[in-house]
Amino acid sequence: MEFTRKNRQLLSRIATNDRHGENSPYFDGWKAYDSNPFHPIHNPDGVIQMGLAENPLCFDLIEKWIRENPDASICTAEGLDKFKDIAIYQDYHGLREFREAVAKFMGRVGGNRVTFDPNRIVMSGGATGANETAIFCLADPGDAFLVPSPYYAGFARDLRWRTGVEIVPVHCKSSNNFRITRAALEEAYEKAQRSNINIKGVIITNPSNPLGTVLDKETLRSLVSFVTDKKIHLVSDEIYAATVFSSPRFISVAEVMQDMDCNRDLIHIVYSLSKDMGFPGFRVGIVYSFNDDVTNCARKMSSFGLVSSQTQFLLASMLSDDEFVGNFLRESSKRLAKRHHVFTKGLEEVGISTIKSNAGLFFWMDMRPLLKEQTTKAETELWRVIINKVKLNVSPGSSFLCSEPGWFRVCFANMDDKTVEVALDRIREFVLQGKEENNHEADKSQARAQRWRKQNLRLSFSSSRLYDESLMSPHMISPHSPIPHSPLVRART
Amino acid sequence: MAIEIEKPSSVRLSKVAISKTHGEDSPYFAGWKAYDENPYDEIHNQSGVIQMGLAENQVSFDLLEKYLEEHHEVSSSGKGAPGFRENALFQDYHGLKSFRQAMANFMEQIRGGKAKFDPDRIVLTAGATAANELLTFILADPGDALLVPTPYYPGFDRDLRWRTGVKIVPIHCNSSNNFQITPEALEAAYQSAESMDLKVRGILITNPSNPLGSTIQSSVLNDILDFAVHKNIHLVSDEIYSGSTFSPSEFVSIAEILRNRNYKDAERVHIVYSLSKDLGLPGFRVGTIYSYNDDVVTTARRMSSFTLISSQTQHLLACMLSNHEFTQNYIKTNRERLNKRYDMIIQGLKKAGIECLKGNAGLFCWMNLSPLLNEPTRQGELELWNIILNQVKLNISPGSSCHCSEPGWFRVCFANMSEQTLRVALQRIHKFMEQRKVCSVNQ
Repeated sequence: MEFTRKNRQLLSRIATNDRHGENSPYFDGWKAYDSNPFHPIHNPDGVIQMGLAENPLCFDLIEKWIRENPDASICTAEGLDKFKDIAIYQDYHGLREFREAVAKFMGRVGGNRVTFDPNRIVMSGGATGANETAIFCLADPGDAFLVPSPYYAGFARDLRWRTGVEIVPVHCKSSNNFRITRAALEEAYEKAQRSNINIKGVIITNPSNPLGTVLDKETLRSLVSFVTDKKIHLVSDEIYAATVFSSPRFISVAEVMQDMDCNRDLIHIVYSLSKDMGFPGFRVGIVYSFNDDVTNCARKMSSFGLVSSQTQFLLASMLSDDEFVGNFLRESSKRLAKRHHVFTKGLEEVGISTIKSNAGLFFWMDMRPLLKEQTTKAETELWRVIINKVKLNVSPGSSFLCSEPGWFRVCFANMDDKTVEVALDRIREFVLQGKEENNHEADKSQARAQRWRKQNLRLSFSSSRLYDESLMSPHMISPHSPIPHSPLVRART
Repeated sequence: MAIEIEKPSSVRLSKVAISKTHGEDSPYFAGWKAYDENPYDEIHNQSGVIQMGLAENQVSFDLLEKYLEEHHEVSSSGKGAPGFRENALFQDYHGLKSFRQAMANFMEQIRGGKAKFDPDRIVLTAGATAANELLTFILADPGDALLVPTPYYPGFDRDLRWRTGVKIVPIHCNSSNNFQITPEALEAAYQSAESMDLKVRGILITNPSNPLGSTIQSSVLNDILDFAVHKNIHLVSDEIYSGSTFSPSEFVSIAEILRNRNYKDAERVHIVYSLSKDLGLPGFRVGTIYSYNDDVVTTARRMSSFTLISSQTQHLLACMLSNHEFTQNYIKTNRERLNKRYDMIIQGLKKAGIECLKGNAGLFCWMNLSPLLNEPTRQGELELWNIILNQVKLNISPGSSCHCSEPGWFRVCFANMSEQTLRVALQRIHKFMEQRKVCSVNQ
């Protein structure tokens, strides 16, 4: 005990504070999944993972390309002659072919309405690294960024942990479909000023995580003019840009800047291949800034998170194959659209509505009608029931800092079609059961509520492995990770 | 009439962004620029600048290439790309178990089995650059200090200080005892930090040393650990060159010291390793932190989210480094070749009348040109360095960029070129020294 206490004093404040974010109840769902993962054959009663925004729907296309292009790998007979040069290449500018291919890809994803400059492409350790790097370049410890909520739970760590920067949420409401209004931005900004909080910028995610919606031109223009007026930065995380599967189309902030009077030095884009291509393991993050000083600084900082040259080489080849890229983007949209439709229609049939969305790997589900009361506490109770009784790991809106209780993010791309059916059946059953039971007397429902609560308690303490450090990292738990005791859930289309 | 276009006032970036702590203005990098502008080529540019400022290991690539030729299973396209999907999705910050296991084995082999490594204590980072920065974030707060023996790797100025806000207080070493770290020097550095009101959180040593090219002796390691215990601070041992020791018996890892002490006081010790030097794979960004402290392992693992190793690369190296026969042979052959190179450059320099520090590891030698200085100052050293860069056309690294307290020492890399190029470099040095003799005779 004494040793531990002494031990903790030996570490930094950053090391001993909670800003890594992993103690959030958000991860209890993962823990529940990990200790009881669904498998169609081996564990059909297990928890289905719907909290992980992964995109494995088009791996067949990628695998085919890899088979047909052995020279894209430096380990094959065809590519071996490149091995040495690639293996020693550690220049933080990154392989020219890689930057060109990524710039071209980003352009295509934006509908070819913008040309991205390969010399502004800066690498980072995934979008995780890119967002952190942007903050390191733009803000000092104690400064703050405005972030429209609901927002990606990982921002708490990525924007704040090592940088010492704060997040000031700009709460968006369902009454106008969670749009980011100029008024809300102004209000949040003024309030921060009055509290002596130094706002250095705004971070948006477009398409939005967790909403799955795209920002329209008007909102984007409004954001650009807001930051120009206030002389603060705008970071646009466009990690889901190519997951748009129906109209309206994706509009990058880069496009909107083109015909606007604005200060280009304030605009920065974060990108990644983790969602659009489904390559989270390859750690390809990009910082793209219109500000030369930021580009130079971020490039120096990329030393702390360069993309493996082996991976740069592979992707340079893959992403410059125009035919492959075109086909991939089309197919990916199609498959995502289909998946999205199956789910949202299925939910509609039992009276569950979702925010109208056309992008992302998830949808934003409205469970407010099922709440006992419109409070976060009730949302959390409902969530525990969904995890422990319905056995679906979905993510509660509170973990995204949503100001309205009752919303849940549900990921739909990281499973196969059979599992989709099972998940839908479970939701249907749960909702219909709930409706039925509402018609019974109050004391019966009280008894049930007590049973549910007991069940929650039982499950919470049933497995000491829930808190075992040797489990997968909460953010990174993937049903596809090679842990021998976890049956894998393969997504096959 | 001129039209005035008002440039929109630039919004201030962060203090970190504006600072020069990234260290790129050092002469260390000016030499690289000279090389970039006029690079030597055996055929096409024989009068170009020879790069001797880059500590890279290119002497053993054929071994790696041979392995890959004979082992198709590491390539994704082998049998219809099995495993590609799982690999591409794998982003768990624990890292591939097979890769961690392979790294642990490799590290054990390098130490001749004299230390054991637990794969679950291995945290993966994108290069030792990230590992050192990450450890600093964990072990020290902004404004605190780390003690680092001089001369040290110029990159530390950025890696340990830039974004962390931590300071480096030098532990001065000098040639009177071959730049060994003494208890007196440790204490002096600690006092120096105290007098500047800086809280010392740890010591960071590089063993084998960059730029000295020599291993730290067992007795010195014990002294350093005792000092860390006494002051209740951390000890980070960057062992990135551990596999580049010319003779296996001469390298003692801090892991062995701990084993001899039954791991008492181990919770303050952390080892950094990488494949950039020993395997010559800097492009792949493979760094590791090995800590005996559970909290550090847990926190470092979480923090590694910002700097994970590509799963594609983890997979390739897991295969390669699990092949015991391959790694045994590689380690042995690599050592022999580096040794040979080292002998070649030392002999060549000796013939030219130049002495070096006695070295036994690394990809470079520590050359003493102090007799050639106009004045025994940093200025004198930089003047000489300029001549060597621009007239002799060799990019070598001046000791001052490594914070050496004695002027006149230079780090000269020898493993990042062919033997032929090394011969050319030695010829140039020889000629330069001859010319200087003539000049001084004529004065």
